[in-house]
Amino acid sequence: MPKLSYLKALNRALGDELEADERVFVLGEDIRAAASNLTAGLFSRFGPERVLDTPLSEQAFTNFATGAALAGLRPVIEFQIPSLLFLVFEQIANQAHKFSLMSGGQCKVPVTYVVPGSGSRTGWAGQHSDHPYSLFAHVGVKTVVPSTPADAYGLLLSAIRDDDPVVVFAPAGALGFREDVDFSTLAPVPLGVGRVARAGSDVTVVALGHLVQDALAVADELAGEASIEVFDPRTVYPLDVEGLAASVARTRRLVVIDDSNRTSGFAAEVLAVAAERFDLAAPPRRVTRPDGAVLPFALALDRAVQPGRDDLVAAIRGVLEEK
Amino acid sequence: MTVDLYRTVRLIRRFEERAIEFVRSGEIVGGIHPYVGQEAIAAGVCAALRADDLITSTHRGHGHVLAKGVNPARMFAELMGRESGLNKGRGGSMHAADFGLGILGANAIVGAAGSIATGAAWAQRRLGRSSVAVTFFGDGAVNEGMLLEAFNLAALWRVPVLFVCENNGYATTMPVDSAVAGSITGRAKAFGIPAFTIDGQDPEKVLAATTAAVDRARAGKGPTFLECTTYRFDAHHTFEHRARLNYRTAEELAAGWSRDPVEIQGARLTAGDRAAVDAEVEALLDAAAGIALGSAHPDPAAALQYLYASPEVFH
Repeated sequence: MPKLSYLKALNRALGDELEADERVFVLGEDIRAAASNLTAGLFSRFGPERVLDTPLSEQAFTNFATGAALAGLRPVIEFQIPSLLFLVFEQIANQAHKFSLMSGGQCKVPVTYVVPGSGSRTGWAGQHSDHPYSLFAHVGVKTVVPSTPADAYGLLLSAIRDDDPVVVFAPAGALGFREDVDFSTLAPVPLGVGRVARAGSDVTVVALGHLVQDALAVADELAGEASIEVFDPRTVYPLDVEGLAASVARTRRLVVIDDSNRTSGFAAEVLAVAAERFDLAAPPRRVTRPDGAVLPFALALDRAVQPGRDDLVAAIRGVLEEK
Repeated sequence: MTVDLYRTVRLIRRFEERAIEFVRSGEIVGGIHPYVGQEAIAAGVCAALRADDLITSTHRGHGHVLAKGVNPARMFAELMGRESGLNKGRGGSMHAADFGLGILGANAIVGAAGSIATGAAWAQRRLGRSSVAVTFFGDGAVNEGMLLEAFNLAALWRVPVLFVCENNGYATTMPVDSAVAGSITGRAKAFGIPAFTIDGQDPEKVLAATTAAVDRARAGKGPTFLECTTYRFDAHHTFEHRARLNYRTAEELAAGWSRDPVEIQGARLTAGDRAAVDAEVEALLDAAAGIALGSAHPDPAAALQYLYASPEVFH
């Protein structure tokens, strides 16, 4: 079977959807030259009106996409840098997201925001290394963080076809991930439906995006000690609570690994759901960035504030030891 | 057209005066930003538009949506938070929208709608439609970076959009001279957008300038910027009726009222025609207010209805 990389899967999804639906267009910075490779080959295939290279005017072009969506198009915006989402938070959270309710259901805003390279990109330091998916979940914007090439393809397709704003975080740590894929099986992956990435019976590890690979590696490493289930929610908001509940019902132990800052992050939400709804045999644990973390530049410091495999091993052992 | 323009300015004026009364009586909660004094701009601009042209409005937006043709009963009902309102009571004064009439909504963030209108107008052209978009904003918005970014995109891509600045002299309480370095039209000219300052108290002058700008946009020549000089006769917001802020003198207010758009346009009608229009407007608003007051309140159980256009992903 051919190998498909995560980034190529996103590129393929975008190309397929541009081909399938005239209303879809992509806009963003350096997308003609495809600086991030997300739009590689698309300008020559679809031309300047479907692959719209923009000046550095993030706030205006984010609202521009909202306006185009209100008029009937389905824009996809590429943000090369995750922190740009802070700059356009108003335009997404306060404009695009609110039009449906505020208009009494008169309109829809089907805009997709894609960040090919979210989280730490190794060496890009404080203002280029954030992973703010929890922020969008908090305000109620549909938010997905695919972990595999097939999911990257299928979730981006579903995001573009959804009639609401959707933010797609493609973690820098996952972009190079490749897997064997039968291209004929690539298909939309529904939003809001998680998957069991590895079945197990002793503890459920919830992981998103690039951290799914870390969780799977740790599960292999600890295979002699415990049977670890890895649950990949795929969608941060809405969270697949039923899928998670089914997993935890089997294992009754829960660890979450999450590349957000700790307070009010995604892991905090999963633990809150667990406290409200699940019958656990041991207190759950979470592995996150520290509270209020700003990613420092030096490589050792960058790695020190990201949730890592050693922390995950310790957390898993911790919940297994609790009786 | 002379009578039509008068009817529109009179309708907006009387709608706003009644809305202020409904704020006082508690039928409208949260207050409004009255458009009183600025009616000629909405009336003149919208008279130059076709039904399929688009507008975006502002926090001070009742005049724009009335001039674009909304049913005043549904507008009153929206301000009163009723189910029969334009937005089913989910938007209120600062978000009034009627997509069927090309009204993409009033926007409560100053300067935000300029880029939304630019995107909508660009999309209309891409979809092969010949409609244009108008975005209204105040003098305060010309200091918002996002709006200046929109000028650049609109000029760069020759988008069929009109930037209509209503310079009423104040951003809330901040006088325009204390807020704007350079000039308002200079901002647009810097992007190569033709920009004109016109008398925003005379609806016929506004209509003439808008017609030329719309023709230019439809011909594919890109955006135009109109600075309409005007004066806000009433409060920034009705909260001011209770909190006297004293940022304007009585003399200044009197000078403002001396150029009342209702009188300027009314003087162009015979006394008989004017009286007939006035009576027609009162009857329309009587009926509209009655319908709105008699409309159902939304069910609190449906408070978050319409939050998503595709709610099915919430299992």
